[in-house]
Amino acid sequence: NLAPCLIANPIHHLQTKRFSIGILPDGVNRSSDNFVQNSDAMERLLSDLQSHINKVLAGGGETAVKRNRSRYKLLPRERIDRLLDPGSSFLELSQLAGHELYEDPLPSGGIITGIGPVHGRLCMFVANDPTVKGGTYYPITIKKHLRAQEIAAQCKLPCVYLVDSGGAFLPKQAEVFPDKENFGRIFYNQATLSAQGIPQIALVLGSCTAGGAYIPAMADESVMVKGNGTIFLAGPPLVKAATGEEVSAEDLGGATVHCKTSGVSDYFAQDEMHGLALGRNIVKNLHLAGKQGMLSSSPPANLEFKEPLYDVKELRSIAPVDHKQQFDVRSVIARIVDGSEFDEFKKLYGTTLVTGFARICGQPVGILGNNGILFNESALKGTHFIELCSQRNIPLVFLQNITGFMVGSRSEANGIAKSGAKLVMAVSCAKVPKVTIMIGGSFGAGNYAMCGRAFNPNFLFLWPNSRISVMGGAQAAGVLSQIEGANKKRQGIQWTSEEEEKFKAKVMEAYEREGNPYYSTARLWDDGIIDPADTRKIVGLCISASMNGPLEDTKYGVFRM
Amino acid sequence: YAPPGTTSQQQRIEKILVANRGEIACRIMRTAKRLGIRTVAVYSDADKDSLHVKSADEAVHIGPPPARLSYLNGSSIVEAAVRTGAQAVHPGYGFLSESSEFAQLVEDRGLTFIGPPASAIRDMGDKSASKRIMGAAGVPLVPGYHGSEQDVEIMRLEADKIGYPILIKPTHGGGGKGMRIVQSPNEFVDSFLGAQREAAASFGINTILLEKYITQPRHIEVQIFGDKFGNVLHLYERDCSVQRRHQKIIEEAPAPCVTDEFRTHLGQAAVSAAKAVGYHNAGTVEFIVDTKTGHFYFMEMNTRLQVEHPVTEMIVGQDLVEWQIRVANGEPLPISQDLVPLSGHAFEARIYAENVPKGFLPATGVLHHYHPVPPSSTVRVETGVEQGDVVSMHYDPMIAKLVVWGENRAAALVKLKDCLLKFQVAGLPTNINFLQKLANHKAFEEGNVETHFIEHHKDDLFVDPNNKVIYEDAYSAARLGAKLVAACLCEKERSAMKESHSGDPSLLPIWCTHPPFRVNHHAQRTMEFECENEYESSSSKPLMLSITYHPDGNYFIQHQQIGENDAHILEVKASNLGNDNFIVEADGLTMNVSLAVYTKGQIKHIHIWHGPHHHHFRQKLGLDLSDEDETQHKTSFETTSHPPGTVVAPMAGLVVKVLVENGAKVEAGQPVLVLEAMKMEHVVKATSGGVVEGLKVSAGQQVSDGSVLFRVKVSHFEFGSWN
Repeated sequence: NLAPCLIANPIHHLQTKRFSIGILPDGVNRSSDNFVQNSDAMERLLSDLQSHINKVLAGGGETAVKRNRSRYKLLPRERIDRLLDPGSSFLELSQLAGHELYEDPLPSGGIITGIGPVHGRLCMFVANDPTVKGGTYYPITIKKHLRAQEIAAQCKLPCVYLVDSGGAFLPKQAEVFPDKENFGRIFYNQATLSAQGIPQIALVLGSCTAGGAYIPAMADESVMVKGNGTIFLAGPPLVKAATGEEVSAEDLGGATVHCKTSGVSDYFAQDEMHGLALGRNIVKNLHLAGKQGMLSSSPPANLEFKEPLYDVKELRSIAPVDHKQQFDVRSVIARIVDGSEFDEFKKLYGTTLVTGFARICGQPVGILGNNGILFNESALKGTHFIELCSQRNIPLVFLQNITGFMVGSRSEANGIAKSGAKLVMAVSCAKVPKVTIMIGGSFGAGNYAMCGRAFNPNFLFLWPNSRISVMGGAQAAGVLSQIEGANKKRQGIQWTSEEEEKFKAKVMEAYEREGNPYYSTARLWDDGIIDPADTRKIVGLCISASMNGPLEDTKYGVFRM
Repeated sequence: YAPPGTTSQQQRIEKILVANRGEIACRIMRTAKRLGIRTVAVYSDADKDSLHVKSADEAVHIGPPPARLSYLNGSSIVEAAVRTGAQAVHPGYGFLSESSEFAQLVEDRGLTFIGPPASAIRDMGDKSASKRIMGAAGVPLVPGYHGSEQDVEIMRLEADKIGYPILIKPTHGGGGKGMRIVQSPNEFVDSFLGAQREAAASFGINTILLEKYITQPRHIEVQIFGDKFGNVLHLYERDCSVQRRHQKIIEEAPAPCVTDEFRTHLGQAAVSAAKAVGYHNAGTVEFIVDTKTGHFYFMEMNTRLQVEHPVTEMIVGQDLVEWQIRVANGEPLPISQDLVPLSGHAFEARIYAENVPKGFLPATGVLHHYHPVPPSSTVRVETGVEQGDVVSMHYDPMIAKLVVWGENRAAALVKLKDCLLKFQVAGLPTNINFLQKLANHKAFEEGNVETHFIEHHKDDLFVDPNNKVIYEDAYSAARLGAKLVAACLCEKERSAMKESHSGDPSLLPIWCTHPPFRVNHHAQRTMEFECENEYESSSSKPLMLSITYHPDGNYFIQHQQIGENDAHILEVKASNLGNDNFIVEADGLTMNVSLAVYTKGQIKHIHIWHGPHHHHFRQKLGLDLSDEDETQHKTSFETTSHPPGTVVAPMAGLVVKVLVENGAKVEAGQPVLVLEAMKMEHVVKATSGGVVEGLKVSAGQQVSDGSVLFRVKVSHFEFGSWN
């Protein structure tokens, strides 16, 4: 007798009619030409990505890996695997840092960073790769190390340094030593993080020379491995040169010296496995759970959550090859959020920016996604939405596919600069966790308003199809050729149309190269290039890591009205 | 049934004290319980928490672990019976079951001894006397010397008369203890003295008899039963030919390849034997059958319920313990000879804690995992232990008896093999693997059993580590086993993680999803195992496995071995059914897999039962977190190695005799000391010729398994003299 009752229920009726509130439609036409073309294009991009990734996973090459193994040392990713809770996930950052940046390849920038749980406690790992240039610090290595510490500070993650490094890369000393964001900053960060109650743990698994010696010395607790681990300000050759003293590395700065005599290190490990086990134990004993203020004040997450209704793999077929083509960002959202449920805010107003509430892996989020150029209304709507979320401690997810703000006289007269500034103010000041994913183009002020790198998102990832530049290559070529043409005209030089085309092509080529995601990720303008199909997973992990610490209250500056 | 009045004068037994331990105590209590009879257990310190104590209504502590101070202490057992008000004592087998003094003591205190009259035990217990009586009753006997003269020289002359090979045997006791086979006259004296010593230690009486040793005999015994009215019948025979160390390991009933006529003759001879000593209650008449001539000879009579009685019960459909109690109650036998049914065929396999490749030496240890096959109407598991129990050095190392029944021998054998495959024991070495080989041997399948079966077929039953083909097969099976173990361990870990994180809001479960997430690559891990191969002493190479978590939840497992080409990646799908049982799909094959995991010291032991295989792997655990600096870190495997020439105790035991002194020159194979464990003597010999060094043990000292006893240093003088 329940059946008639149910039918009489209007909500149930709605649901059976698939009009249910908040559930996004599929939004993908699988039989269209676009779908097929996009899929093929993405497949090529992903296979490119995979080949680059495979190269960096192999570390610094066969010989170096073999030498590493002969010393009973694991590779940095293997070391992290042994520290992590068995079978748990690891969010690795900036795998392609240093990609084609220097004369020699520098896989992963010579350092592996990422987040994962140890005894149920999320930690930031920073692991030197001794197979890459002896684990020395190139400029990008330092940048990646500092970025990891920045995330640790933002997310209140204990830092575990797996030290195995020859210190600064001396040929590039001018780029690694003196500046604010250079080598010294690592120790400055260790000190200030420790002061904030964020544990700093160093495991000395290899050499730790010169400046590197300060990493364990600045740590709250440190472990040294007998035989492999050494800490000294100057190695045996330099000591001999300086003082004439002849001493072995082990006697100069081995685990016995530092654990027994100098007190530079706290735990003596018999071998690498023992050292890693000691590292796990240190984290176990942090007892942060009992520490007031370290617990998240975020709204409770749902432990049970629904998967999206539609296949996440189809995200690989949505982003168009041609950045001029529009696509509905809702079809992306439908494949990221729990149960494809998205409660859209101001759906009918400022429609080029989609805003709304959803959950990702049980965690509440507010999503902002581009559906075209930002107009006045869309900017105001975004500002309003960000204010809502920061008021309620709801993390923000930005899905960037933006060519910029609307230009033109009407737009300027309407104060588009003012509206854009409001959005930028809101994005800048909102203290809730922010995660940005570039799923298409990221151009001009659009990059800023949608929480680009300069706006300190907790995490920023790129799809392989994305492009970042101040404007599109064609537009830039147009602007530059007009200026150049005017210059030539002033100087009375004849500029042929072939010359102009050549000029334009050069500009476009430069924009294409520099706007490429590999160019960005090599320089750490982001935290990595990802497979679109992993977006949901990664955003989920990012939000979870970001909610690890307490949230600060948001205070805005002066909004120009 | 009993005529009215015969039993009413005698009070019926309402409470039984079981003067035994282990499976037989449990088995007796089970029948007693079914009959509404209460039970009292006795126990030594070692058995405080054992199953037989838990199975009884009451339990009485009778002394320290050594049997002679507890289970052989007749007076305290009788005291316990009186104290608890038991009217009867069941002795089980072993211990005091064949002590006429004990039977007498029980009767003297006005209690009922559930067994034969003390006089019959005495007559049959003295093997020389029993043979005289049997000879007089017309039961055929093996040629031999059963005289009272025990002088070693006279015995040697007697041996010469009988002709070699000769069997030396203590006149008292049983179970093969103290028995020696002598192939030639020059071995006689040593063996004779050893037999005397062992007999004295085990039974307190050291008289010895000699017999002609039949080279290809079968051991066939007849179960007889008598009541107090002079009725004796037999319940057919059992074949107990398959033996090691003179102890039975597989028994069956009825005997294979035996004619009805032979069976009848044998039964009649057994009944005559029993009648000649006025026997009542359960007994077994053992015959030796010369397979070459077809003659059978009386060997001895066991005046008790035997270990292998269940095979008889299975084919006659009777409960012999119930019969024992009825007879003790003064009831007549429930059926007559021509009504004894004979239905189907039954096997019993004795599952022992023992080290098969080390010559079936008894083993001790903890039963970390004990999953016997589930019992049914055709499968019985007689056991006195539970998972977690200790098999100690104090008593018999038998873990269980597996008894199966089938409509005929072939059907029963199929069941036996199946049950052996599914019988899971881990924590100590067992003979299960060996029993499987026995049961699968062609000659055994054909019923061609004889007492030297194991020796004659040793090439088939023991793996020769030098045999490349067999070794490779075993190695590849072990590799597969290791891969499945890896998948199951990952799956187990996953379930454990799921449980530990459920309801824990501090860490979102999204960090613990399966498979573990990695950015742009698959999570990988390595596992390293050492295969515990019972036929390979120490040189097993470690198996390095790399496991890749595939996005669909399957595991891609590859064996990484330097210098070996095994590029095959096995895709394994494993589902945890709980309790370490898994369903595993690998290479298109789905199967049930069971795991047993336990830790001993720094080593994690993992057993896996997959298909017809059982493998045992060791995994080094992380070092303990003590930081003894400067100490040379050694793995546990390394510390077990000793300098060459070192001799270690093959088992835990008591040193009964030290035959040489430090510095003594010995030849290879020369006995150096004698160890006693499990009531058996083991002579520890010099491994090579040289000088004995570092001999620190002395008689009466307890040594542990693997402890260093002494070292034989090769003498350089000898080398010199050869030049």
